[in-house]
Amino acid sequence: MSDADPLIELRQVSKSFGATDRADEILVLKDIDFSLHPGEIVAILGRSGCGKSTLLRIICGLTRASSGVALYRGQPVTAPVAGISMVFQTFGLFPWLTVLENVELGLEALKVPGPERRQRALAAIDMIGLDGFESAYPKELSGGMRQRVGFARALVVNPDVLLMDEAFSALDVPTSETLRGDLLDLWLERQIPTRAILMVSHSIEETLMIADRVVILDSNPGRVKAQLQITLKHPRDDLAPAFRRLVEEVYEIMTAAAGEQRISSIGHRLPAAHVAQLLGLLDEVNHPTYQGRADLSALADALKLAVDRLFPIIEALQLLDFAQVADGEIRLNPHSQAFLDADIQRRKMIFGEHLLRRVPLAAHICRVIDERPGQRAPESRFLRELEDFVSEEEAERVLHVIVDWGRYAELFAFDYQTGIFSAENPGAEGQADNH
Amino acid sequence: MHQRMLIWHLVAASLLLGQYALQTTLRMGIALLCSLLFTFVYAKAALRSRRAEQVLIPLLDILQSVPILGFLSITVLWFVQLFPGSLLGPECAAIFAIFTSQAWNMAFSFYYSLRMLPKDLSRVADLFHLSAWQRFWKLEVPYAMPGLVWNAMMSVSGGWFFVVASEAITVSEKTICLPGIGSYIAVAIAQRDLTAVGYAIVAMLSVILLTDQLLFRPVVAWADKFKFEFAESRDAPRSWLLDWLRQARLWGQLMTAPAILWDRLRMLGPRRPAGRRPLRIPLPRLPFWRHIDPWPDWLWLGLLGAAAVASIVLLARFVLTEASDAEVAHVFVLGLYTLARVLILTGLASLIWVPIGVLIGLRPRLAQRMQPLVLFLSAFPANLLFPVVVSFIVAHRLSPDIWLSPLMILGTQWYILFNVIAGAAALPSDLKEAAANLGLRGWLRWRRVLLPAVFPSYLTGGLTASGGAWNASVVAEVASWGTTTLTASGVGAYIAQATVQGDHPRVALGIAVMSLYVVIFNRLIWKRLYAFAQRRLALD
Repeated sequence: MSDADPLIELRQVSKSFGATDRADEILVLKDIDFSLHPGEIVAILGRSGCGKSTLLRIICGLTRASSGVALYRGQPVTAPVAGISMVFQTFGLFPWLTVLENVELGLEALKVPGPERRQRALAAIDMIGLDGFESAYPKELSGGMRQRVGFARALVVNPDVLLMDEAFSALDVPTSETLRGDLLDLWLERQIPTRAILMVSHSIEETLMIADRVVILDSNPGRVKAQLQITLKHPRDDLAPAFRRLVEEVYEIMTAAAGEQRISSIGHRLPAAHVAQLLGLLDEVNHPTYQGRADLSALADALKLAVDRLFPIIEALQLLDFAQVADGEIRLNPHSQAFLDADIQRRKMIFGEHLLRRVPLAAHICRVIDERPGQRAPESRFLRELEDFVSEEEAERVLHVIVDWGRYAELFAFDYQTGIFSAENPGAEGQADNH
Repeated sequence: MHQRMLIWHLVAASLLLGQYALQTTLRMGIALLCSLLFTFVYAKAALRSRRAEQVLIPLLDILQSVPILGFLSITVLWFVQLFPGSLLGPECAAIFAIFTSQAWNMAFSFYYSLRMLPKDLSRVADLFHLSAWQRFWKLEVPYAMPGLVWNAMMSVSGGWFFVVASEAITVSEKTICLPGIGSYIAVAIAQRDLTAVGYAIVAMLSVILLTDQLLFRPVVAWADKFKFEFAESRDAPRSWLLDWLRQARLWGQLMTAPAILWDRLRMLGPRRPAGRRPLRIPLPRLPFWRHIDPWPDWLWLGLLGAAAVASIVLLARFVLTEASDAEVAHVFVLGLYTLARVLILTGLASLIWVPIGVLIGLRPRLAQRMQPLVLFLSAFPANLLFPVVVSFIVAHRLSPDIWLSPLMILGTQWYILFNVIAGAAALPSDLKEAAANLGLRGWLRWRRVLLPAVFPSYLTGGLTASGGAWNASVVAEVASWGTTTLTASGVGAYIAQATVQGDHPRVALGIAVMSLYVVIFNRLIWKRLYAFAQRRLALD
């Protein structure tokens, strides 16, 4: 096998989830073509829910693709492969094993004899900077140290390919920067035999700090939207103009073609954004520093929001006709000013109008409540309707979002205990127990 | 004509059984109410002062390990003397037996909830000057509710066994029968009537199913709102009955009057005259060491020690009126036999159910379906099945010393299965994926991942199962079918025989020995394993 041959190749990989009894399953990944070559670090970037973690799991054989094929060194991957190691977001350490035992575990599975196993594990622990912690249990360690164990465990088996599933996102900023730097040093100085690294992330800056190539995934369903070669030299400076330009460019790609958001179906997967977040972001963009237009990268920095948190909020604002997004920039719509200037009651009214006009599910719920005797309707009814479009879990999530929005706008009341939507004022009925 | 007779016979039998089932359930209900009352009073009393706590909580721990069935004969006699010539005596004794099987763990649960009461909630209650009565109903009971409901449910599950056992009891060669499923089956055993045993089993199954659906599911679903967490859980428990009641308006109107009454009741307690006195901000309490004067404390501990020694001496003297030293030694040997049985059977049940539980728990959908079923099985009183097994042993002339033993674990093995399923289902998916990614397979996977992961919950199940087995030994080591009586040698059989003969010193000896074994066994093995599991294996 020559150096030019890809280590990993995906051909037309699609993945769908859902109950088997339903004809229309939920497509998570669609027609992914991708290859990973020796010597490169590739990052997959996308909003939450774009299936990037699923993609990693297909590559290392933890799940199977619904169609298409994943190849490792030209061989189809059907079960976990020995040459591919993974580092997990939540570390995936076994709490009942010491650091040393955790690291030895993969070697044990490979039936490496005891003395050699110990020696290799100690070497890996040494390399990753965990010296002195061999006999500690994971719960005694801080998050950053735990993830170092995760790395040591993944690297000790000398994998060809290292997969990192949001490996840094559970850590605080300085810790993750240090760990990332240490890993990059090992890689650049060729201290680890790993031939390629594939990482999944939702932090644009983190991605651009290490990756040689960035693959941007679209969501619903996940598709390859764009690929970007990063030729900046290491060590990279995240304040350098060239770096900032790249950040802008990625934001632009990720928001491109979002265009006017208008939905016609009640089954639309409403973005996971709370009313308080919507109001907060509107207020921020309306701030004199931005005056109604703001760069998304600047906004993300100012609000300390990662892409996976920022984008749903932006999507919701577009959906509700409060803002427009184009070329990595968000602009308030003219009437949003009136909304922001209004008092609480008036705000609720305006929000309600927008909700009814722009979100078919909200209008649908109100209509059903109106038509039913007693002006009440059970949530199960709407869940069933949503499940025609999305999975059971997703249906619950979407209904959760609409409950939050609808309650704020006072379009309807919802009783969490009984799961009943009603038109009536929630205070009116329960007065007996309120005294 | 003959067929019609048969149908009438069936109808009559089912009516009778229905009535018996109702009476059995009623006994259970009364006992549960008593347990609840006891729980409230005992836990509050234990928290009232540190000295009370020093006595009441260890006492509860010991009471929990005492085999309840052994008590029965003594309490029956006492209650019979209290109400001479009426069934009220045995009735009270039966309810008391059920009560003793239910109350301890409920009291523990309530006590721990009160101890864990979040400080900020407690401060808010202080700040609003809630009276003790208001505080109890507005803060303490709601906070403790989920744990209390769960423990009450487990108590009732376990309680069916004791209802059945205590309805027909032979004391001093006299058999007392209370109308209920337990005595129905006792008569069926005496008459060697397997069909009647079958009827009783069906009746019991329906009773358990109905209480589960009509009482516990609604209550568990309702108690979910008291959970002290702010993230909504995905799988909130649901009950069709509760949904239906909540949606039906008639129910709401019907409940208005009781609701107002309840509200008034909760308002009771001393009221501050409005606006007269300025609000009194509670003074910060003195640091606790100021309260403790070391001398009275030593005195108190000394008194407790003296009381303990005195009661042991009294017990020994009472026992030695009948039994010789040699017999005492013999009973200890019998205890060893029963201990061996409990150990072997718990081990065997674990060997069978741990792997099966893990395999079920790793499949979420299957686990979700199996858990209620296993819980249901654990509620079924295994003593109803004894006659089926015993008739088989009698028919095949098998050795009672060996073949009666499985009866001990028959009802309690399900606790192992249930807890292992729960433990395996709680294994985080990243650990499962990490194991797969590392290529762990076969025995290595079991040894390094699956067994350590389920071990803490297995311990809970194993402790419950072995405790239940000790208790069951009193009814399992002696079993009869018609006029044939099978006896296995063990301390359970010793207690049972002494009970039949009304020989109280020997009953006391048997119970004391068995309790001693249980307490030592729990301290030496289970508690240590628990501590180890908490330290090492718990997922944080």
